Amino acid sequence: MSARSIAADVASGARSAASVLDEHLARVREREEEIHAFNLVTEEKARSQADAVDAAVAAGDPVGPLAGVPLALKDNMCTRGIPTTCSSKILEGWRPPYDATVVSRLADAGAVFVGKTNLDEFAMGSSTENSAFGPTRNPLDTGRVPGGSSGGSAAAVAANFAPLAIGSDTGGSIRQPAAFCGIVGMKPTYGAVSRYGLIAFGSSLDQFGPFATDVADAAALYDVIAGHDPLDSTSITDFTPNAVDHLSRGVQGLRVGVVRELSGGAGSVEGLSADVLARTNEAVEALAAAGAIVEEVSVPSATLGLSAYYIVAPAEASSNLARYDGVRYGLRVDAPTTGEMNTATRTAGFGAEVKRRIMLGTYALSAGYYDAFYGKALKVRTMMLRDFASVYENFDVLITPTAPTTAFPFGERSSDPMTMYVNDVCTIPSNLTGHPGISVPFGVGDDGLPVGVQVLAPALADGLTFQVAAVLEAAANAGGAT
Amino acid sequence: MSERITRDEVIHVARLARLDLSDAEIDEFAHQMSDILDHAADIEALDVGDIEPTSHPLPMVNVFRADERRPSLDRDEVLGVAPAEQDGQFRVPPILGEER
Repeated sequence: MSARSIAADVASGARSAASVLDEHLARVREREEEIHAFNLVTEEKARSQADAVDAAVAAGDPVGPLAGVPLALKDNMCTRGIPTTCSSKILEGWRPPYDATVVSRLADAGAVFVGKTNLDEFAMGSSTENSAFGPTRNPLDTGRVPGGSSGGSAAAVAANFAPLAIGSDTGGSIRQPAAFCGIVGMKPTYGAVSRYGLIAFGSSLDQFGPFATDVADAAALYDVIAGHDPLDSTSITDFTPNAVDHLSRGVQGLRVGVVRELSGGAGSVEGLSADVLARTNEAVEALAAAGAIVEEVSVPSATLGLSAYYIVAPAEASSNLARYDGVRYGLRVDAPTTGEMNTATRTAGFGAEVKRRIMLGTYALSAGYYDAFYGKALKVRTMMLRDFASVYENFDVLITPTAPTTAFPFGERSSDPMTMYVNDVCTIPSNLTGHPGISVPFGVGDDGLPVGVQVLAPALADGLTFQVAAVLEAAANAGGAT
Repeated sequence: MSERITRDEVIHVARLARLDLSDAEIDEFAHQMSDILDHAADIEALDVGDIEPTSHPLPMVNVFRADERRPSLDRDEVLGVAPAEQDGQFRVPPILGEER
């Protein structure tokens, strides 16, 4: 059942929020042991929120747009008094003294928080295999990964533990797991959604965004969480989200570019599988059939995104994660001096992938290498912004696959960092440029698992991504995808 | 192919990052970081001339607010989640240890 029908039924009194919650918790009890979507199921919190919604409905008081809708929160979102771990031993047991702005907005909208979802430690990964608390399994095939880093949030929605979830996306961490789990996931324009209370990984790249089973639910969730927040100095002022208004606008006359370098055309990045490219082509044909003007387009610097990202993101991470020093919160490993305590705490608290990225970032920022790597990567970022800006002079949106393949089996890529990193090749450019992107399911691969197609748009054109995704979803449902 | 990053460099970077690595980890990171930076050779080799660097996707402006008193986080709540506290402050081991 969609989030919007739940909200409508709860608001009208046709169903109680408590009974909706019971149904979802029953499914959690049935499958959570197998899936491990959650680090923590917050049943008590959920019951009190559901009861409050039901009391408001009974009293005839106004309720929010997500009244009584169960929702899962990625465990890198600060929730006051509720453990928030980032799936890391270094934050195990920590209870934040404040709520993320997105958490407050969702609570005000009447959402019911069913739990905190698993992720790759500090959101570093593409499979959720890097969690200190064990991996999440893909509900569609439990031998395969759900994607990552927001794998727990994607799995929670795909398993119908909650119709909605929030994830965060630094290099594709919402869109890729959405593709792998056959649901919708969207990364907003940088600054459209407040980062206050998002535990930082790469501050110039991170954004919260919605997961849902369909485009309309994702748009409704986006409209609740987006908008200016004075607590985030990078939050865009004077921005009013209107994703839902875009849903029925269609694509007649819209100019759609297929990015050659990310879609198997001339000079394309390698490793994009044939079945994923076939579904992407069918998606493009569906847009043409719906009246869009479709053309192949070149964004030369798009192929440099992976290299630039794996310098910029670790550099920012090494700086952000310097705060885990055993002084103010989280783990402390005792030692005779503060310096030794810092080192002992970080050594015991961080997992292998987090250490790898801290090391890489520290190296890239260290004397003698700064200009060669970090400085260069920032200039590549400028090149990408220029390339995309010039393409968007002639196109409204761009299409690529979301990920090079469908969901892969556990362990297949975890031994070699580079093979894991190339998962992000199609999603990374929009993090470096700050542009919005959405992944929408479009058919299945040769293995029967879902394929995601990505719609990219210029900064602040978030509504347009939902508009195009809605057309793709309708075409896929009508059998336009094989 | 010789590794781009040596064991000594890994040890130096680990000290900067306040991480204590085992011998096996030093070897592994030297190899993996070399691999990743080899992949980044495409941008290392790029002639970027006088292109301006972009550190942030949007133009950044300084954000001001009125200089008014407002509540901050509750001190007891913040100190309550700290590993150690004393007299309303975070408590740490000696900062100036013995010479070593």
